[in-house]
Order: sequence, then C-alpha cells, then structure tokens
Amino acid sequence: MESTSEALFGVSEQRLTKMRRYRKLKDQVAAVGISAGGVSVIFAICLIFFYLLYEVLPLFMPASMEERSTLVNYELSEPYFTVLEEQGQVALTIDRQRGPVFFDARSGAVISTPGVASDSAITAFAKDAPGTKAYALGFADGSVLIQKPAYTIEYGATTQDKTVIPAIEYPLGQEPIQVLQGEAISKLAYRESDDQVRIIAANAAGQLFMKDFAKTESFLSDEVELEEIDTVQLPSPSGELSNVLLSLDQRWLFLVENKGKVEVLDLRNPASEMRVHIADVADAETHITVSDFLLGGFSLLIADDSGRINQWFIAYNDNNKPYLANVRTLTLVEGVAITSLQTEHRRKGFIAGDAEGNIGLFNTTADREVADEQVAQTAIDWIAMSPRGNTMVFKADGDAPRNYHVDNEHPEVSWSSMWHQVWYERYDEPSFTWQSSSASNDFEPKFSLMPLTFGTMKAAFYAMLVAVPLAICGAVYTAYFMAPALRTKVKPTIELMEAMPTVILGFLAGLWLAPLVEANLAGITSILVLTPLFCILAALLWSRLPRDISTRVPDGYVPVILIPVVVFAGALSMWLSDPIEATFFGGSMREWLTNSLGIDFDQRNSLVVGLAMGFAVIPTIFSITEDAIFAVPKGLTQGSLALGATPWQTMVRVVLPTASPGIFSALMIGLGRAVGETMIVLMATGNTPIMDMNIFEGLRTLSANIAVEMPEAEVDSSHFRILFLSGLVLFIFTFLVNTTAEVVRQRLREKYGSL
Amino acid sequence: MDSLKLWFRKGEPWVWLNAGAVAISVVMVVGLLGLVAVRGLSHFWPHTIIEGVYTEPDGSSYTIIGEVADEEWVAASRVRGTGVAIPEEVKVVKRMLIKTGNRDITGLDFRWLIAENLQDVTTPEQLMVVERREWGNFYGYLVAVKENGRVVASGESALAELEARLERALDLTEEIHEIENAEIGAINYQLERLRLKQRRLELDDALTDAARLELQEERAALDAQYQGLKSHLDELNVQIGRDSMVARSMNGAEKEIPLKLVVQFKQPNAMSFFGKVADYFHQLWLFLSDDPREANTEGGVFPAIFGTVLMVILMSVIVTPFGVVAAVYLREYAKQGPLTRTIRVAVNNLAGVPSIVYGVFGLGFFVYFLGGNLDALFYPEAAPAPVFGTPGLMWASITLALLTLPVVIVATEEGLTRIPKSLREGSLALGATKFETITKVILPMSSPAMMTGLILAIARAAGEVAPLMLVGVVKLAPTLPLDGNFPYLHLERKFMHLGFHIYDVGFQSPNVEAARPLVYATAALLVVVIVALNLTAIMIRNRLREKYRALEN
Repeated sequence: MESTSEALFGVSEQRLTKMRRYRKLKDQVAAVGISAGGVSVIFAICLIFFYLLYEVLPLFMPASMEERSTLVNYELSEPYFTVLEEQGQVALTIDRQRGPVFFDARSGAVISTPGVASDSAITAFAKDAPGTKAYALGFADGSVLIQKPAYTIEYGATTQDKTVIPAIEYPLGQEPIQVLQGEAISKLAYRESDDQVRIIAANAAGQLFMKDFAKTESFLSDEVELEEIDTVQLPSPSGELSNVLLSLDQRWLFLVENKGKVEVLDLRNPASEMRVHIADVADAETHITVSDFLLGGFSLLIADDSGRINQWFIAYNDNNKPYLANVRTLTLVEGVAITSLQTEHRRKGFIAGDAEGNIGLFNTTADREVADEQVAQTAIDWIAMSPRGNTMVFKADGDAPRNYHVDNEHPEVSWSSMWHQVWYERYDEPSFTWQSSSASNDFEPKFSLMPLTFGTMKAAFYAMLVAVPLAICGAVYTAYFMAPALRTKVKPTIELMEAMPTVILGFLAGLWLAPLVEANLAGITSILVLTPLFCILAALLWSRLPRDISTRVPDGYVPVILIPVVVFAGALSMWLSDPIEATFFGGSMREWLTNSLGIDFDQRNSLVVGLAMGFAVIPTIFSITEDAIFAVPKGLTQGSLALGATPWQTMVRVVLPTASPGIFSALMIGLGRAVGETMIVLMATGNTPIMDMNIFEGLRTLSANIAVEMPEAEVDSSHFRILFLSGLVLFIFTFLVNTTAEVVRQRLREKYGSL
Repeated sequence: MDSLKLWFRKGEPWVWLNAGAVAISVVMVVGLLGLVAVRGLSHFWPHTIIEGVYTEPDGSSYTIIGEVADEEWVAASRVRGTGVAIPEEVKVVKRMLIKTGNRDITGLDFRWLIAENLQDVTTPEQLMVVERREWGNFYGYLVAVKENGRVVASGESALAELEARLERALDLTEEIHEIENAEIGAINYQLERLRLKQRRLELDDALTDAARLELQEERAALDAQYQGLKSHLDELNVQIGRDSMVARSMNGAEKEIPLKLVVQFKQPNAMSFFGKVADYFHQLWLFLSDDPREANTEGGVFPAIFGTVLMVILMSVIVTPFGVVAAVYLREYAKQGPLTRTIRVAVNNLAGVPSIVYGVFGLGFFVYFLGGNLDALFYPEAAPAPVFGTPGLMWASITLALLTLPVVIVATEEGLTRIPKSLREGSLALGATKFETITKVILPMSSPAMMTGLILAIARAAGEVAPLMLVGVVKLAPTLPLDGNFPYLHLERKFMHLGFHIYDVGFQSPNVEAARPLVYATAALLVVVIVALNLTAIMIRNRLREKYRALEN
C-alpha cells in the first residue's frame, strides 16, 4: 500500500493522511464559518424589524410611579399651591399663613421662609403661566404682590453633586399693588405679558374688578415700573365664585361657579357686552371641586365630585360666535370626588388625586389616563410636579407628604391620538392633523398619522392609475404578440427604467413636469384622450391598407408603427393646448378650475406625482407580468388557437386567467414600491399633510415625512419614536404585500410545473 | 360595416391598444433619457450672447445683453395679468427667459421678456461673458486692463493682455488654495489631534508635566509653521490683487472686476465651431473636476463624484463577502426545507422594503446606538462632540450595504442554482471536499453572477438618496473623506453625493433658476453612470446564460 501511494502521489502515506486530516478540518471549519456567516446575515436582516420595534415600543408602555421617600419633616398646614423646581430637589409652597416657604422635596425640612413684605393676611392666590414661574398673592387690605422663585445651582465635586439654592424675586417690585380699596381680595387672577400686567380681583361680595398696568423698564436699573392704565368693573357673576381664571392671551375670563356654571367674559368687549357664554359644566347633583388651566392657558380643566375631569375651551360655532366647548371628559374613579389637580409644565397633561387616595396621570391630547395608582386611603390634599415631569410630591390627608419618581415619557401618544379625529386647542372641531413642531413652548403636538397614511395611499393610487394600464397592456403585448427579436430589445429598455434613480424622476417631476402640466393642463388632458384614439385609428387605417403594403411589416412589430403615432398624438396635444385653453377656458385652464369650479390647484400636485411615480412603477409591474404571461405553457395557447379562437380571444380567455396570480403579485409588488417611494413624492409634491382626494392638490406621505422631519427630531422624543413607527408601518406593509405576492408567485410556479 | 364589426370582434383594436402601451412606455423611457441628456449636456455648449433693445410696456426702453435661456408660448391673459398691455386679438405671446447676469449691478440675473418687444437683436463678436467667483456671470464689453489701478491696455490690445494676466491670477489662486486647504488644513488637523491627545491624557490622569511640555513644544512647532505659511499667503494675496479688468455692462456702466475673482472669460460669438467644441469639452472637464461655488449653484461637482464613488466602493467591500457567504449558505449548506424557503422569501422581500426604512434603521441603530457606544468607549476625549455618533461615511456605507444585500444574495443564489449538478458531483467524485468544490469549482463558475449582483447593487446604491439623507450626506462637505492627513481615510466624516446634490441644488437652493442647468448636468452624469452599470450587468448576465446553456447540453 505504502508503495502505491508513494508511486501515485510521490508522498508518503503518513503525509497523505495528515493532508487528508487537514483538508477535512478545513472543510469542517468552512462549513461552520459559512453557516455562521449565513445565519448572521439573516439575523442582521431580522434585526431591522426588531430594532424598529424596540424604538417604537416605549410609546405604548404605560407610565409608572415609584415611591422615593417620605417627607417626614414636613410641618406646613394648608398651602394654596406647591411646585417643584427643575431638579426636583426643592419645593416651593405658598402657605396661607406664612406665604412662600421653600422645603426639601425629599425630607420635607424647611430650607427658608422668605415671607411677604406685607403685614396684611394673605387671602387669595393666582399663578401665571408655568414657564414664568411667577405668581400673585392677594391680601386682606386689597393689595396684590407678585413674586417669583429663582434657583441657583451650586456644583460640588462632581457634576452629579449639585445643590439648589432658592430665593424669592419681586419682578414688579417689592411694593404691593393696590387693587381693591380697603377690601379683602377673595379671588385673584393675574397675567403678565411683555408690556402689560392684568390683575382681576374679586371682593367678598363677589364684585369683580380688572386693573391693567403698562410695564416700562427703566434704563438705568433692571427694575420694572408699573403705570396704571385702566380699572374696569366687570359684570358680577350670578352665583358664588369657585375660581377666577384668566386666559394666557388676557382675553378670556372664566368665572367658575360652585353651582356648576362657567361664565365666559370676552374682555375685549365693553363691560356691558362682555358676557358671551354661560356654560353648564356639571349637572345638578355634582359640584365643581377643582379648576385650573392646562399648559398654554387656553384650556380649562374642571374637576367635579363625580370623579370626572372635563376639558373645556373656547371654540367658534357656525355663526362664528365663541362658546365654551366641552372637548373631552377623563375619569379617574367614577363616583369619587376629585380633590386635587396639578397640570404638567411642559405637556398637555395633568395629575389628579381623589378622595379615596387614587392618583391618576392624564394626557388630554391623547385622551387617556396614562397611569393610576391608589397611593393612600384618604383624600389627596395637594400634588406638586417638577417641570420635567419626573418627580411628584403629594400629600394625602393625615399622612406625611411622599416623593414619587414618575416615569412618563410619551403620554401624548395613544391609538386615538394617532388614528382618530382629535379636537385640538384652537380648532373648532375635531380633525386629523399632523403638526409635529412649532416655535412656542406650550404647543400641542399633533401626531395624527391619518393625513400621512392618506397621502401615501393617494399618491400610490394615482401612481397605480397611471402605471397599471400601461404596464399590464404593455406586458400583454410584449409577452404574447411581440416578435421575439423585438422583445429582446424592448424588455431590457423598459426594465432599465427600474434602475433609474428616483431622485432624477423626482427632480424632473418637480422642476420640469410640474410647470409643464400647469401651463398645459388642457394638453395633458387631451393626451389621455388622443393617444388611445389615435392608436385605434391607426389600427383601422392599417387594416384598410392594401395587403402588399401591410404585410411588409412583419407580425409583432405594431409598436414600431405606433411610436410615431404616439409621438404625433403627444405633440398634437401640446400644440393644441394653448388654443384649447384660450377657446374653452378663457386662456388658462388652471385659473378656470379655481375660479369656476372652485378646485384648488397646487403646482406640485398629485397628478404630477401620479405621472412620475407611475413611471417609476411601470417597469416593476411590467417585468413581473411579462414573465407571468410568457411562462404560460405554449400547449394551452396552441390548443385554444387550434380550436378556432382568435389570438385576442385566446389572450383574454386562456392566457390572462392562467397568468392572473402572477399579474396579481406584480400589482402587489408595484403597490409596495409606490407606497414606500420617497424622493419622488418629496420633490414632486408640496409636502402638505392635508386630507383631500383632489388630484390638483399636494400631499405628504409617510416616507417623505420621515425624510423631512427625521434629521430635526430630538432623539428618543415622542416625535422621534413616531417617525420610527411610521417606518415600522411602512416596513410591515411592504413586507406583507411582498410576501403575499411571493407566495402567490410560488404557487403559480408549482402549477405551471405540473402542466 | 360588417367587416368593421368583425374587425372589432377579432379583437384587433385591443391588440393595437396593447401595442400602444408598449409604444408609450418606450417613448417615455427614451424621451426621459433624451430630455436629461439634451438638457444636461447642452449646458456646456458656449451660448451665443445677444444684444438688443427692449421696450417696456410703459414705453421706456433699454439695452439687454445676455443669453437666451428659455423660450415659451403663453396665454396672453396670463401676461396681461402681470400688467403688460397686449392687443385683444392676440391669444398667445412668446416669452423669452434671458440670462443677463450682472447680479451685482442689476439685482437679478434672469428676466422674462416679451419676445416681440425685443428689437434690433445683434450678436457682436466683442461681447464677452466673464465667469466670476462671486455674483455670477458678467456680460458686457471689455474696456481696459489695469495693474494696480493704472490702465496698461485698452481697446484691441486689451484682450491679449487680459488672457496673459488671467493665467497668472489663476496660477496664484491655485497656489493660495493649495496652501489654505492642504497645508494649513493639515496644521489645523494636527492641532486638533494634539488637543484631543491632551484631553485624553487628562481623562486618564496621565497628564504629567513632561507630557504637557511635549505637547506644548509640538504646538509651538506647528504654530511657527503656520506663521510661515501665513506670511507667504499674505504675500500671495497682495500679488493676486494686482490686476483688474474694466468692462462695460448693458446699462453702460463700467465695472472694475479684480482678476482674483475671475474664473474664466470668453467671447462665444467670436468662436469658430471647433473653438466651441474645444470649449465644450473644457467646460465639461471643469464640471467634473472643480469644487462647487456659490452655494453649489456654480462650479463643478467633483466632491460629489468623489463621495459617491468612495461610498460605493466601501459598500461593495462590505456587501460582497456577506452576500456571497449568505447565498452559499442558503444554497449549499442550509437544509432545504420550509425554513430555508421562508428565509429566501424574506430575503427577496427585503429588496422591496422602502429605502427610507433602511435610513431610519441606520440612523437609529448604527448612528445613535452603535456610534454613540463607540464614542463612549473609544473617543471620550472628543465629548461632547460626537465622532461616530453622528451621521457619516461609514454608517452610510453600511446602511447601503444592508440595503443592497438582498440584491447580491438573490443574484449569487441564482448563479449557484444554474451550475449543473454534474459538475458538483464530478468534483466530489474526484475526492474534493465540499469546501474545495465550492471554492475551486462552483464559485469561479458563478463569479459572473456575483458580478451581476454586485453591479446591480452598485447601481442601486449610486442612485439611492433617501436613506443617505439620514445617515451621512451633506450639501457641502468642507473636506473630502480621503486626504493626506493620517489615517488618510476618515470614515467618520460626512460626504457629498451626486443624487443628494441634485435634490439639494434643485430644491433647496436660493437661486433655482441659475442652478437648473447644473442640476440637469448632474442628473445626466448620474444617469450615464447608472445606465452604463446596468447595461454591463445585463451583458454579463446574458453571456453567463449562454455559457451555461452550452454546459447543460
């Protein structure tokens, strides 16, 4: 044996065995390596789905709260209001006896008691917008004092170690402002704008006075000087006042009455015409317990003893009359009185506590309770919230206050805020709106995915309207009637379109096609009519031609004859465009549409998108349909023809039904492409998120929305995650559509295999 | 009549309609390619400059000098709406878009004129167009050439003098550019590295006095080098400011243009046909090799070409091995069953997932997640500025590799399937292991299929814009991602891309009208590249099919 191996290979048996072992090892290592590589690639592909899901899931996670500490050293009795500062370390409470008091938000120990510069007793309290942190105190002598907490942070050894040092500032001076003459202020409302301060005070008898002051900043010091402009006595409320609330724009005054009525005063009107609406906000059995503004000073939150919190704001009815609209109702625990309410500082949300110790986190835009928990057995006296919304301190009756950590990242997102009509602030009715950002801080983000989904579908619909007839008809002819020699040239030409970068199609659509369509609307319309008409006319003429001429063009070369016809039809339409517009539409069809029919016209509209994206989708549908028709077994068609059917009859009755699953899958894949296409819609539409089927108006699709807003979205914000969600929606949609198409195609392949 | 009925019943019209659909599709493809080619490539042809007298509707008239950029017929009512008086019986009027340039003098460089009111149109040979670094083109007559404010040539002799002096100015410009970008850029880069090194040492608590001293010395050396360059640069700047030209614009005003602001000048009306051809190719070359100017609306697209090519190369390097390994696994190693079939369907479908979804994934996973963690681990000294935690070349390449992975897998698998079983069995029968069979027989034979896949992937990647907008493309990158500073290839840098360039210049630019020809030219370039790549792929695929057809028989 040894000799044979030596003779055969020139190496010893030992060496050979070694080599064999080495080769075997290499083979095994490769097998493991390739399998690992292959699996990891497939894993990477799955990762896309799971990562998108991972980014989206926090949107749907419920909020949670967790106890941090008990404020054992707390010793204050009856505060008007308690609020935490940015870091959640120091709390400011406005005590009825002692005025402002700062205390440690973890232990309850008093840090400082700045007090008030007045001998008189505090009788009323009002706060300004959350961002300004300022508030007003009303005194028994009829004067008002504006105060504002200020915090400085001292850093220790590390950046984590910081101490907050509180102080009280007097933005309008330390001297109290006299509002009522010698009478105690029972209710107070106060708002400060850049140039004006408006104070509204009620006396014990329920009479209301409004005082306006002009603000002037002196040049030498930073001090602000107030100059009284006007005092107006407002219409008196009909019942006992529970609260007086002045909107942030200083226009609307809401008089909340214990009996369950809210009187709305429009302060721009003269006193006699101020009362514009009286709303019944509660029925006979229920009583209003707490009322406050939501962030932005526009929406009223009115809580009652039935456990419900109603949101109200000013809307305009059909006659353009303002009225207080009940926008939505949120319920903590049915039948249990709400005892305290605290609005969030940066979101349209609030926290409510009730008489049985339940605390609930709510968001108004999302119309939902984000979380609730029974934290005590007794009524919740007050709740304080940090501006970041992550720390909450509350006090239940008879207990020491407790500090909770709140994890509430995305309260504004809910199924209903994304897919249902939402009544947003400053809108007169519920609507589908996408508006993700704005310059102002108290903006209500509008995350309705409906306009975007609608836009996506609209763009896809018009694209398919253009692409489907052209692609399928073209595929029918190419696969079944066309001469093979011509087919080998036509098919790659049309398929080449698929590789065309969509940025080029979008650019041409936006900068070339859109102005062209606008200027030649009549011509474009007539192309749609003239081209098929001319094709049929050409067919008719051809059939009338003497045989010796018509047979010169071999069978299956009809498109070559038709190319000049199509070009001629197009050129004729464009040439006719101006005369048609001049004759029938008074010079411009576009103006005629707007003026006579009332149809809005945008230059970059759905028609342009349909044409451009249709162009992009044609090759996809064409190629797959053509393959499906071409793959129909020849036996079937030959049988049909042998039985005397014409080629067209064979096509319609035999070939198309057999290939229909393939055509279906082509349509599906085409649709998938149209839905996900980004650059064309980005460039060829105005990207306006509106819901209107009008072909002459723009749209915004999910994909274009991502491209526009993603670079600006703050990482991990609700906006960011919603954009991920739209990506996930696109992913799942196209994946489902493509899988359906693929499964249908495989079935078809198996069917043909058996034929 | 009966024959017509019969003709309809036979279905002839429908067949013709179907044929019409083919004809329309073909006309659309060819028309689109033609449109892009004509508009894009005609931009470089030297246009005739016209001079004429234009009469405004109010009767005032003035001289117009410029190029005809566009002509169109519009409904008379639309023109009347803008306040121009047109007789009632006229339904349509011809409008001309004239590029008059001279933005610094007249404020606007394009104007729409009613063709009828433009009279006495001539094309004097002395008219010239000056391409400037600022304020766009200048159209007018050359009056004189000055040196340090003193006229050195005027009239006939001015032209030759201008040519000579412009050449000097251009040489100096290039020298300045070289110093500013390459040499001073390198010094700045070194200084930044020193800063990071020091910060790194600080973070590690290893910043000893010796190290500090060393850094100080290095910095001082660089500073000295910089001072040397700076003084040289100042000198050059003085030299380049020496010459200027004086030219008369269409409103008769004489304008002095410093030669340091001039890129080139020409008198297209005086050019012969061959002169124009030569100029055409010269302009084309400038377009391909120059940096963009004036917010990308002028100059060339070299950085965009460079960025696109570099990104595509990196993507190919990543996608090829992974795609091939996955295909080999699916076809040769995985057990063929429902699971493999599912995976195959999934891979196929990924080719249909919208590209923007890949962009979103790339931004979230690669940039923020991986990049953020890389920064925290390896580049703590750069914080808070991100290194890899921000969109850049590397993440763009990886994202596009993921996007094109299905293309490569599908094409390679198709190639593997086409290899006759007998070859595989023959190799195994001769005693080769499976791995040897794959590497020595199957992969070489399917290499054309892999090539096809790769070319298709490249074509797709080169034209894809939507995901890149999220993971690394910018409108203007200050530096190329490849330069002479260690480590030469800067994967973390942002880059420019032809496709994005089209979007940006066409839609985000302040002067869309002026930029339009350039966008068409860029589009034509991109189309040429992609059509060429695709045709290559189709050719390879066809040849491959022929080859195996021969093998099977």
